[in-house]
Amino acid sequence: MSITEYIFWFLSFLAVLSGLMVVFSKNAVYSVLYLIITFFAIAGHYLLMSAQFLAAVHIIVYAGAIMVLFLYVIMMLNQNKSAEPNKHPYLMFISVIAAGALLLTLIGGLKSATVAQASNAQSNIGTIETLGKVLFTEFLLPFELSSILFLAAMVGAVYLSKNKLEA
Amino acid sequence: MQNLTGITINDYIILSTVLFCIGALGVMLRRNAIIIFMCVELMLNAVNVLLVAFSNHFGDSQAQVFVFFIMAVAAAEVAVGLAILIMIYRNAGTSDTDVLNKLKW
Repeated sequence: MSITEYIFWFLSFLAVLSGLMVVFSKNAVYSVLYLIITFFAIAGHYLLMSAQFLAAVHIIVYAGAIMVLFLYVIMMLNQNKSAEPNKHPYLMFISVIAAGALLLTLIGGLKSATVAQASNAQSNIGTIETLGKVLFTEFLLPFELSSILFLAAMVGAVYLSKNKLEA
Repeated sequence: MQNLTGITINDYIILSTVLFCIGALGVMLRRNAIIIFMCVELMLNAVNVLLVAFSNHFGDSQAQVFVFFIMAVAAAEVAVGLAILIMIYRNAGTSDTDVLNKLKW
């Protein structure tokens, strides 16, 4: 096994284990911290797939912005204690069975799928230069439209979290 | 797959399937709306990993631009969703999804 394979398996186990800990940890703050570990493992996967720009953006956006927002909301709602008494004893059993069935179905369906052979892949598709050229030529309209999306999201978030809605 | 000896696209398919199912398990299992939200983020990221893997497999950078847009939409979604969550908490006094059953048939 080469070094990249070791890194791949290490990152995969890290992502899956901390993903499971997100689901099963009682404290919401611990869930956020485990989700940050998962995001770092996924960023490592991006680096392994030579998508350097996406790895950087992933760290900045997810670990830097989104998870801080989550932590901030948990702090504001004062949820750092392990509330959530388990009212349904069979809920966990049924959920695990359902998720396992989903996993088996997806893997069973995807196992029979054959992926076409890779074309002669060039190694510089993940660099900022290549992605910037594609983003500002082919995807210029969606790029500009996403700014409108952000504006709408910003206005919506501010309006929703106002103290009193005078409607 | 270039410069990845031994790691095939199927490994990445299985990895992202497992991550997606963990997210789905969390959505089904947990009742705290914030944690449900985080599990939705995990599912989005599983899809992103698969898109980047196929982008690397076929040598096409358009999928990476797609992942970029997915991240942008996810950021906007989180901002609005957490604002809605704060509103729910302010009105109902909890973020437990079992309490929010007014729309339940």
